[in-house]
Amino acid sequence: MARITLDTLAHSYLPAPTGEADYALKEMNHVWEDGGAYALLGPSGCGKSTLLNIISGLLQPSHGRVLFGEEDVTHAPTAARNIAQVFQFPVVYDTMTVRENLAFPLRNRGMEAAYVRSRVEEIARMIGMEEALNRKARGLTADAKQKISLGRGMVREDVNAILFDEPLTVIDPHMKFELRTQLKALHRQFAHTMIYVTHDQTEALTFADKVVVMYDGRVVQMGTPEELFDRPAHTFVGYFIGSPGMNILDAEVAGTRARVHGSEIALGERYAEVGGRVQIGVRPEFCLLSRDEGLPLRVTRVEDVGRHRIVRGETEAGSVNLTLPEGMPIEEGADRVVFAPERINVYSDDWRVTPDGRAA
Amino acid sequence: MDKTQNNRAWFLVLPVLILVAFSAVIPLMTVVNYSVQDTFGNNQFFWAGLDWFRDMLHSDRMWNALGRQAIFSAIILVIEVPLGILVALHMPRRGFWASFCLVVMALPLLIPFNVVGTIWQIFGRVDIGLLGHTLASLGIDYNYTSDPIDAWVTVIVMDVWHWTSLVALLAYAGLQSIPEAYYQAARIDQASRWAVFRYIELPKMQGVLLIAILLRFMDSFMIYTEPFVVTGGGPGNTTTFLSIDLVKMAIGQFDLGPAAAFSIMYFLVILLVSWVFYTVMTNLDRKDVTR
Repeated sequence: MARITLDTLAHSYLPAPTGEADYALKEMNHVWEDGGAYALLGPSGCGKSTLLNIISGLLQPSHGRVLFGEEDVTHAPTAARNIAQVFQFPVVYDTMTVRENLAFPLRNRGMEAAYVRSRVEEIARMIGMEEALNRKARGLTADAKQKISLGRGMVREDVNAILFDEPLTVIDPHMKFELRTQLKALHRQFAHTMIYVTHDQTEALTFADKVVVMYDGRVVQMGTPEELFDRPAHTFVGYFIGSPGMNILDAEVAGTRARVHGSEIALGERYAEVGGRVQIGVRPEFCLLSRDEGLPLRVTRVEDVGRHRIVRGETEAGSVNLTLPEGMPIEEGADRVVFAPERINVYSDDWRVTPDGRAA
Repeated sequence: MDKTQNNRAWFLVLPVLILVAFSAVIPLMTVVNYSVQDTFGNNQFFWAGLDWFRDMLHSDRMWNALGRQAIFSAIILVIEVPLGILVALHMPRRGFWASFCLVVMALPLLIPFNVVGTIWQIFGRVDIGLLGHTLASLGIDYNYTSDPIDAWVTVIVMDVWHWTSLVALLAYAGLQSIPEAYYQAARIDQASRWAVFRYIELPKMQGVLLIAILLRFMDSFMIYTEPFVVTGGGPGNTTTFLSIDLVKMAIGQFDLGPAAAFSIMYFLVILLVSWVFYTVMTNLDRKDVTR
């Protein structure tokens, strides 16, 4: 097991990249702690699979270094890195039995037969496939095959890291929850460094201690689920995490006040002069409807999603969504929206501005 | 499942039935007709029953031809299938050289059979052939017209040259369909090159390889033109395979009855083997569907 360091790492699929736009992965410096559970979260094409393949050695980066512990593995072949990887679509060896599939990585490394046997049985128990151990892998369902892939990824105890590349894409929703819980339990038990690539925020937020949000080849924020929710470092994080995402409105900010399309809004913090394109962001959970204060709002739609209601509306500065807890009525004539001051974040050219201090 | 029954549907398959009747069933029936009768010319036929079949089953000539044929097909398969796989494994996967290889590989398949025979007939000649003359000047006693072993070697090498491409191209198509993730997973699992072949490539090629084996078996079992052009079935009868023997019997000696009985048994053997292949293949397909 090892700490993973990404040192000025960048990658372009082009032979002679010229500008930043040619890079699928823009230069980054990160240290991922030994034993951490990390999720790489981002939309399709943001570079998360590229990053994963660089770490696993299936791809050589154009710049920078990858270190496992103190060892530079940038140019080491996959086999020398001692990592495990689970792919998006199940990869099983069709002609082998389930048992042989699970034992394959151990046998290839010349482990003792008795150890292989007990370890395979342990893993089979975890993924719930003890019954099927002697069946041929051909003819199993996609679910079962992906469970074998997961099992094969976890069968080695001495791996530096286990990488998951959207492993639950082909799994039924009810199985997703179960497998995610099992992965989490495994992580607690063995404390492997785990890196989990996904575009599903629920998966990322439930699995990981630290979520790494990627956007356009860049890591825009790395933090706990709580940090991502409360203080998104980039408007993309605000928009991508949460359902619905953060409300983002163009504003002018001075001191502890923001002005949005002529309306004054109180901020929870004091800000020095903010340059560039200034926006404020507030999550729908911290918005309230009001009759006599706040930003004028025209409600366009109310969606009841069970535990809460989502109110969608338009202001002069753009659309705003609100999440109302169950049982909270929508008052007659409430045509304004109020933001909780301490929950407002200020952004300059999409990046979060650190406040100077608390508002007086 | 409920299906609507409508007997008018039969009219829709009628054209096909008529076509198949004229192209296959009626010619086959004339053969059946010959096989149960005897004639002394003059278009006079006498009922012979199963006599010709009985004769043929006890004919050393037929059993010998069948034996030679079986050995030939077996050798062809044993050489061409592994060789074709080996070639496919070493072909480039993409880019200019992939297309180049495909074109070069396809060339022998496009040459008419009798031209292939003529090429090798000349190629192997000791007096003027590049191969024959070179071997002779190296002091190797090679002569496919007089030495049975040399004749067999020539016919086999010719067939390998002609048809290995087919196996290679089919195997190549099978290899191309393997997702990259399988190779990546194998690298992560530290699988050896042999294990990658044994557990990934071979199982994924299984379907196309069965087709390749079936095609090569049927074609080699019916081989006529190329050995006929090169050796004419000789020296002696050593390269007289089933088709060559059949033609000799029917056209050369005008033994229509025995030749017809022979044809029918020949046809049944091919039908039987093809049926076995078909059954194996559809069973594999079914297994694939249930996964």
